[in-house]
Amino acid sequence: MATVLEGIGKKTIAHLDYVGSLNIQLWSTLRAMGSVLPFVGNRYRWKESVRQMLEIGVDALPMVALMAVSTGFILAMQGASELRRFGAMHYVIDLVAVGFTRELGPLLTAIAVSGRSGSAFAAEIGTMEVTEEIDALRVMAFEPVEFVLAPKYLAALIAVPCLSILSNLCGILAGGLFMFFSTRLAPLLYFRYVLDSIVLRDVITGLIKSVAFATIIAHVGCLEGFRVRGGPDAVGRSTTSAVVRSTFLVVVADAVFTAIFYFTGKM
Amino acid sequence: MSIISIRNLVVEYDGRRVLDGLNLDIEQGETMVLLGGSGCGKSTLLRHIIGLERPKSGSITIKGTDITRCSLAELDHIRRSIGVAFQSAALFNSLSVEDNVALTLREHTALAPSIIDLVVWMKLAVVGLADFGKLQPQELSGGMKKRAAVARALALDPEILVFDEPSAGLDPIVAADLDELILLLKEAFQMTVIVVTHELPSAFRIADRIAMLSKGLFVTVGTKEQIRSSQSPLVRQFLDRVPDNMAKTPAIADYFKRYLQTQEAFE
Repeated sequence: MATVLEGIGKKTIAHLDYVGSLNIQLWSTLRAMGSVLPFVGNRYRWKESVRQMLEIGVDALPMVALMAVSTGFILAMQGASELRRFGAMHYVIDLVAVGFTRELGPLLTAIAVSGRSGSAFAAEIGTMEVTEEIDALRVMAFEPVEFVLAPKYLAALIAVPCLSILSNLCGILAGGLFMFFSTRLAPLLYFRYVLDSIVLRDVITGLIKSVAFATIIAHVGCLEGFRVRGGPDAVGRSTTSAVVRSTFLVVVADAVFTAIFYFTGKM
Repeated sequence: MSIISIRNLVVEYDGRRVLDGLNLDIEQGETMVLLGGSGCGKSTLLRHIIGLERPKSGSITIKGTDITRCSLAELDHIRRSIGVAFQSAALFNSLSVEDNVALTLREHTALAPSIIDLVVWMKLAVVGLADFGKLQPQELSGGMKKRAAVARALALDPEILVFDEPSAGLDPIVAADLDELILLLKEAFQMTVIVVTHELPSAFRIADRIAMLSKGLFVTVGTKEQIRSSQSPLVRQFLDRVPDNMAKTPAIADYFKRYLQTQEAFE
């Protein structure tokens, strides 16, 4: 019994330590964000941010678009198969439009970015730890959080919401194609129905979620990298852990935000 | 006056004492070699001297500032007067060799880009890599990487130059070349040089004084001649390359005896 309690206690402390480290890292990064901004910050950090935006955002465009189109088709087809029985095919439009702007667009994007960039952050920083590059930064009087993490965080804060908007558009486009081929609904009419079914707050709640997801992905990926000790095998473990933990936390955060928006009447 | 003064330095990891109350003064302009076997604590001592870790107790005063108790800003100020060449070179793999050298000049000085280019070329020329500035670190050999790391360490004209195992992983000729480079740099720039090594020929070639560590304590500190003539059993064992006879300890001897008996039984 004592061993079981001891185990639970150890796990609890480890999880609290992890959450505490994430919060400390987030606070340090927020304090360093001024140095990453264009015009007022350090131009080398801003250049690095732009490079990261291209990697996180532009390079992920095809993957996110394809995932959104596929999910849009799936959602439309699954919805239509049930709604057709009640003669309510036009609700497929609402389902796809509202489902994507509030939920699926940000979530799919976060999962794609977590797999691509979260793991890349962990691998890059983990390798820098193993090869003493992080130590070299410190002895050269650079703060690793400002030098390595802050540009990635700013890039994620900009790229992830942009990708979410693209994901929304692709998902809705897929719904339009399905409606055109299944009911001969004219594309222009489809987009008019889409605009009628969503309101600005749907888009805003989706974007709030994607900013939170970007924060989780950037910080979990980087923290996993900074915690690497040992050799290449530790880098591999940190990469896996970055994807697993960030995806898990993204889904949990999504549930929390959805509940908040639901109970505060924002949905 | 000592440029570095270490007093009662105690370092512990998880309750295990790694450095046990060390005292050492390093004079301005001298080459101090920290000598000792694997795991004796010399790299740990070095990490504390360059401010990468804080000790359990004791002090390390560099140029009048106790780096174990000073603020991060003060530590960064001290760090700008220390150049470090890491064991693994720790060059930033995402930057070219010349960008590695230029990094601190760009970020810590207000020099014009043309002057920075000139300084970078000079630093690379000092270490014999003037024609290799455009290459990426992964395109360099082991010896060239260490030279590039020295060029980067020299970028801000430090008063203190630190080498962690400069000969590790290099063939005798390249290692000897690096020793000559260290002597040349010291003579040309009148720097204080600290070298961590376990290579005896290298230590006796470059040192003004040698501090020998064993199990977290200084066995002896003295000039090359004093070390050579030392009658301390630990110093003599190290200098005369006398094995610990680990294989003759009762537990291991018993294990081998039992293993051989088992093998005979199978035959």
